[in-house]
This record gives sequence, C-alpha cells and structure tokens, in this order.
Amino acid sequence: MSKEKISGSEALMRSLEHEGVKTLFGYPGGAIMPVFDALYDHRDRLNHILVRHEQGAAHAAQGFARVSGEVGVCLVTSGPGATNTITGIADAMIDSTPIVVIAGQVGAGLLGTDAFQEVDLVGVTQPISKWSYQIRRAEDVAWAVARAFYIARSGRPGPVVLDFAKNAQVDMTDYEPVNVDFIRSYDPDPETDSTAVAEAVALINAAKRPLVLVGQGVELGNAQKELQNFVEKADIPCGCTLLGLSALPSNHRLNKGMLGMHGNLGPNVKTNECDVLIAVGMRFDDRVTGKLETYAKQAKIIHLDVDPSEIGKNVAVDVPVLGNCKRTLSLLTELIQPQKHEEWIASFTPYEEKEFNQVIEKEVFPKEGPINMGEVVNAVSEATHNEAILVTDVGQNQMMACRYFKFTKPRSIVTSGGMGTMGFCLPAAVGATFGRPDRTVCAFMGDGGLQMTMQELGTVMEQKSPVKIILMNNNYLGNVRQWQAMFFNRRYSFTPMMNPDYMQIASAYGIASRRVMSREELNDGIQEMLSTDGPFLLEICVVEEGNVLPMTPPGSSVNYMLMEC
Amino acid sequence: MNSNKTLYTIIVHSENIAGILNQITAVFTRRQINIESLNVSASSIKGVHKYTITCWTTPDVIDKVVTQIEKKIDVIQAHYFTDKEIFQREVAMYKVATPEFQANPEASKVIRRYSAHIVEVNPTFSIVEMVGMSDDITSLYQELKQLNCVLQFVRSGRIAVSTSCFERVNEYLAHREERYQNQKD
Repeated sequence: MSKEKISGSEALMRSLEHEGVKTLFGYPGGAIMPVFDALYDHRDRLNHILVRHEQGAAHAAQGFARVSGEVGVCLVTSGPGATNTITGIADAMIDSTPIVVIAGQVGAGLLGTDAFQEVDLVGVTQPISKWSYQIRRAEDVAWAVARAFYIARSGRPGPVVLDFAKNAQVDMTDYEPVNVDFIRSYDPDPETDSTAVAEAVALINAAKRPLVLVGQGVELGNAQKELQNFVEKADIPCGCTLLGLSALPSNHRLNKGMLGMHGNLGPNVKTNECDVLIAVGMRFDDRVTGKLETYAKQAKIIHLDVDPSEIGKNVAVDVPVLGNCKRTLSLLTELIQPQKHEEWIASFTPYEEKEFNQVIEKEVFPKEGPINMGEVVNAVSEATHNEAILVTDVGQNQMMACRYFKFTKPRSIVTSGGMGTMGFCLPAAVGATFGRPDRTVCAFMGDGGLQMTMQELGTVMEQKSPVKIILMNNNYLGNVRQWQAMFFNRRYSFTPMMNPDYMQIASAYGIASRRVMSREELNDGIQEMLSTDGPFLLEICVVEEGNVLPMTPPGSSVNYMLMEC
Repeated sequence: MNSNKTLYTIIVHSENIAGILNQITAVFTRRQINIESLNVSASSIKGVHKYTITCWTTPDVIDKVVTQIEKKIDVIQAHYFTDKEIFQREVAMYKVATPEFQANPEASKVIRRYSAHIVEVNPTFSIVEMVGMSDDITSLYQELKQLNCVLQFVRSGRIAVSTSCFERVNEYLAHREERYQNQKD
C-alpha cells in the first residue's frame, strides 16, 4: 500500500495534534496562508484564538503555558508577524516559559534576497530562544515539531522558534508521527552528584538558621509537594521569588513571604542572617539579591537547579545540587534529619510586625483618603478566597499585586519577572483563561500597561474570555514616577499620562465595566465583577502618587529596606 | 590591557548544524569579549564539529562563558584550558618575492632558524610555510619583513589538543546514550 502524501502544512497540523496541542494563538498573513488553510480543516480539534497583534499571541501562549504546565503555541506570518512576537520570546526565555512560536517564512528559493516580508528570524531569535530552527523541507516538519516540543517543555523550559519556509508548507511529503525524547547534545536532567547531596545533607542537618529560597523551578518541576515535605521535615522558613510565589501556599506557616526589592522585610533581612541558604530553582536575579558584595556572605549556599549555567552565575555557591528539583528535593528529604527551628522561625515575627505597622496597615487598611493599590489587591484576593489566578502587568500594579495577593493553589501567578514587559498582562490573562478555564483569572494592570496592548480587548470580546480586568488607574506611569520622586528630585519627566474614558472603551468592545472612585463602592464593584459571567473591566481610581514600599534601593544590600519615602 | 587576564583556549564540540557558530560567538559578543582566534573543522567523530577559540579574560568569566556555550542545545561539550594544559600550534604562510628573497643570503638562514619550509618557488614569488607557536610565527614575519621581501602573510587560528589522554567527548556521548537506555528500560 503506497503511503498517502500530505502537504507540509497538513503535516504541521498532525504533528501539533500528536504533541497534544488543543489551543493555539495566532494571526494569519501571506507567508503562513497554507498553514491557516490546513488549519481550517482542523478547527474541531485545534482551537485557534485570533489575537489582535502578534505580540499578544506570544504573551497569550505564555499565560496559557504558565497556568496549565503545557506548551503554549503561537502561529504567525513572516516578517513583521514574526518580529512582533520577539518581546514574548525574550520574555519566555528569561522566565523559562515553554512556548513554540511557528512563523511563516518566504520560500527557500527566495531566502537571502530581501523578499517581501522576509526577515532572518532564526538569526534574530537565536540569542533569545532555547532553540531556533528553519524548516526548509516538508519532510522535516514532523521531526522539527517533535524536537521543538521536547526542547520547549523539558529541562529548564523555554521558547522554541520554528521558521517555516513557504515551500515546505505546500510541498507534499510522507507523514509518520515522530517522537523525540533524547538529544545527545542536550541533557534536560543532569546527573546529581552524590557527594554534593551528602554535603548538602550535612549542612542542612547542622544548620541552626537555615533559609529556603523558593523559585519558579519548583512550579516548573511540579515539585510543590516535594518542597513542602522538605521544608516541613527540616522546619525551614522560606522566602519566595516573584515567580515562585504560588509554589508554597501563602498561609503556610513556613512561608515568610516575597524576596527582593519590594518583597517582605523578614526574608530579606534574614537572608543576611541565615547560616545555610538553600536556593531551589531560582537564579539570584539582581532584583532579589540587591548588592552582590554583601549578599548572604555569612551563609553556606546550597543551590538546587536543573540548569548548570545558573550555578555560580551571580552568587558563588558552596554546594551545587544539579537536577530536576522534584527528584533532588525528594532525595534530600529522605536523607535529612527531622529538625525544629522554633526560635529562628520566631525571629521573623518582629520584622513581620514592623512591616505591618509601618507599611501594610497604611497601604491595605487606610481609614481615609483615596483608594490604595494594596487595598484593592487585598480586597480582590479575599473576594476570590485566595483561589484565583493572578496575572499582572509590570510596575507598581505588579509589585502591589504580588505583595498582597494570596495563593492557595500552585501555578497561580503569571507575571513578567525577568523582562518586565509592560503590556504583558492583558494578552497573558487571555491565554490563562484558555489554560485553566475552570479558574478565575484576575488581571491587575495600570493605565500605562493596559494601553500598550489594549487592542487585545478585541480578543477578549470575540472569545468572551472571562478575564477579570482590574485597572488600577493613577494617571501616571507609577513605578517610574516613584523612582523619579525618590532618585530624580521629583522631576516627573513624561510620567503623567492622559487617559481615555475606559468605560467608553469597554462599552465599545461590549465588555461589562464599572468605575470605582470611592472606598465605599470598592467591595461592591469587586462583587459585581466576580458575579458577572465573562469578562469585566473594573477601573479603580487609585491614589495618584502612591508608592510601593518597603524598598531596597537599587545597589543597596538586601537587608536594607526603606519603610517610607 | 590584559594584565589581570589570561589567554584561554576553549574547545567546543557541537553537532554539525547550520547556525551554531553564530550561537557560540553570541555568548562572547554579549559580554564584549574579543575572540582572538577561531578554528572550526570536522572532528574525529562523524557529524561532530570542533571549535578552537582563544580569548583573553578572567577565570570567573571564562567559567560562565563556557557553561553558557554548553547550554546551547546542539553543543555537545565545551571546555577551557590554559596554555599549560594543551599542546597548541598555528600555521602561517609567507608569500615572498623570489628575486629579493634569493638575493639576500640572510633569508635562507632565517627560514632554517625557524624550522620553516619553502613549499613553492617560481620566478616571481615563493611561499614559506611555518607551523609553530604564535609568537614565533609573528617573529618570523618581523624578520622577513626587515628583508623587504614579504608580499603576503596569513596565519590560521590556534589548534590545540588537551594533555589528557582521551578525547573526552567520546566518553561523554557513550555515557549519555547509556543513561538514556537505562532510563528507558
């Protein structure tokens, strides 16, 4: 029996289905038309979400991937379609998010001729992707897609780019499903050195003041349970990175809050007091460490990571424990002695009280004056019983949301940590509603970030995507304004911003909305938002010159935090 | 300028796939490290390419550069060495004007002193070839230049072998295959 020949585009559809893809985010264009034509016959199995700008497709794929743990897929055309995804690709790289970006490309015969909508996408994306590959022949489609998904989801996840030449989309080929689960030059789960494990165990057993830093690696490795078992057996307090916030429930007695520049006072101060620092799936970003010269110098540092290039990159490590932390955490838990560190854990309390008295009480429970951002976040979190997915934009809204939103479930935070991409929130939240349609998705953004990707309200409208948009409007690019106030002598250079009437915008898109101006209406507004089926835009006019506190000023030591400014 | 820096030789093995050199050099570009010399060719293993790269940098940075190179999906292994840990050579060719070269009795003495060879002679030009250390190649060039006979000069990048007995990449690949098979079973 002779095999059926199919087009490269049809091979792509079958390869995507073979990888278990059900949802993709995209935007058609000239050089990807054969693929969109093939997609037309697969609409019942592949749910394609038409975004309004390709950057939105990339961020939506990120949001989808972050909450579901699956690979997010986006499908765009060549040239500008492809370059519009680049912010999302770079964002996914630095935040270890598994996405596969499939972009059209001119036919192989035209490559290098500056043909219409030709861009050297592989050249452009190589430094910002985990793998970038050009498919020039239809017979390579099945292999390239299988390899792309394997690379994107395995090891430390990341973005993969497939640059799909038009001739390969239309040429006919045999098709056999391909599985890739081994690449000899790529080790997604490096071997764990048993000497290192023994050294780590000895340090942990002997520690009097141990501290665990929880990173996103715990979520990516699905090691939330293993982490909990580990810290409970050894009785170690934890600080979470921005992306690791939901890896351990917020109300867990050992969860001492967020690390970093706008994190909680306790874990930041204690970083420079602990005797053993155990970093799990985190990368010692400068926003977490502050001044490296004074960072945790007194501590022995154990670093659990799946990526060997992270070991010693920013902070010198005493004991590196390589490998997937699901495995290495279990290994450590098995070997360590049960401990009690009551006194050490209790020593966090004065810092918690100080932060509450000097910052949190004023921010979250003000008696008078305009509405505060922290107050809004706290109210929304409580109204969702701390069970919602938090998606944030970047800036003050992000820091406030991450400080005051509480988590009870894993994979509940979607934010642009490493890149700090303004405009990330709305499209990422759309993606999150498709990744976890069973959960409430709360998208906190500022007036600046919303306007960067506001066109995705069109996607929200068309898909009736149930994004709960909480716009905290302060008429400023607030984070930059705060820095201008603190470090640039209040010279507000281009941070005040004129805003449109968001109620009219929501209404133009047929999205239910409400504007809240006063404290008395706040809870009512939140209830209306949450009880409305489908999307909702809740605009809250917050204090114009609100500041995120506490704060480790840039270049300062991690334990030095300003409580006021 | 290079007072606190060391000249390192990095040996990289990768799959023979288009675009890898670009990915490797990007790691240097990102940190603004100048590549002093670069040699790329097939290795003794089928389908595996070998890169020999030299650069001046600090011990701390070289370590990070090499792990970041190794992180690239299609890079099999990357290692760095100081000059003490390798045998290394460069090749140079000096095209000289035959009449001037033959007219000066010093010329052939210089060639012999450097153990260089004459590999081509015709009435217009001759080609001198030398295999050796970087500094010797430079100094032969200086001497020939003083004899006013050099028409062209070219030198290769450094090639090097480590002083350990095995080509470690062989062992590594065998180990990877073995681990994969064990995981499957």
